[in-house]
Amino acid sequence: MVAKESLGATGTPFTIPLEQGKIREYATAIGSTHPEYLDAETPVVPAHFLTTTFFWEGATGNPWDRVEMSQQRGMHAEQEYVFHGEPPRAGTKLTATSRIDAIYEKTSRSGSTLTFVEMLTEFRDPEGALVAEAKMTAVETGETDGGET
Amino acid sequence: MALPTPPPPLVFGPITRTHIVRYQGASGDFQPIHHDEPFAKEAGYDAPLVVGMLPAGLLTTWATDWLGPANVRRSRVRWTERVWPGDTLTVDGTVEREYEEDAQRRVDLALQARNQEGAVVVRGWMTFVVM
Repeated sequence: MVAKESLGATGTPFTIPLEQGKIREYATAIGSTHPEYLDAETPVVPAHFLTTTFFWEGATGNPWDRVEMSQQRGMHAEQEYVFHGEPPRAGTKLTATSRIDAIYEKTSRSGSTLTFVEMLTEFRDPEGALVAEAKMTAVETGETDGGET
Repeated sequence: MALPTPPPPLVFGPITRTHIVRYQGASGDFQPIHHDEPFAKEAGYDAPLVVGMLPAGLLTTWATDWLGPANVRRSRVRWTERVWPGDTLTVDGTVEREYEEDAQRRVDLALQARNQEGAVVVRGWMTFVVM
């Protein structure tokens, strides 16, 4: 069950070094052979790379646990990335801050309540400029729905 | 200036458990439902569920092969169907809009990955700057 009081919860900012080897590894995993990823000394990050940093970070940077979305009835619905200029390159050190940005409800076709939660992460360079943003949207189906994970 | 010719559809598969663990290792997401067979069966599935960010990434691979990794300005994806080991996905897309913004020429693409039955498993929308 989504904890509505988690709206606005913000994680501790954390730094993420962008590394050539991790970028290559990720590009290969998504089937890319593009030389700008595989051969460049300072490749740009692939479009969906930045949120992988969550998995290397401790829990304090990620406010998602505070949402308490059901593991059985919750699912990842959408993911979006916006770059304010060229995607950042290997060698850049970014600071990421995540917050629970929106919680809203919709009624499903079967009449049950769907609860949507959006988590927004901002990525800033050492000068503080906003380089990229990532938005995750997850949805929890109502108690009476069959539900998917 | 005309856009470069779009590449042919990207065909990826049949997806193996190796493709899944390569993605999970690269991303650091070790959610067991995507690789641990006993865990997936316990959860009621016949096989590990393919991690959704893999087909989502294939959309971006097709598009960056066409318009260049450094030119990406936005990418949004929405999952619509589950993907299983053994599925073969076919990815391509079309130009939705060409316009100027901040004195730069941009294109918006609509993309999708379909499985071998023709069902769309993930849709995507990307924006690129083009020279």
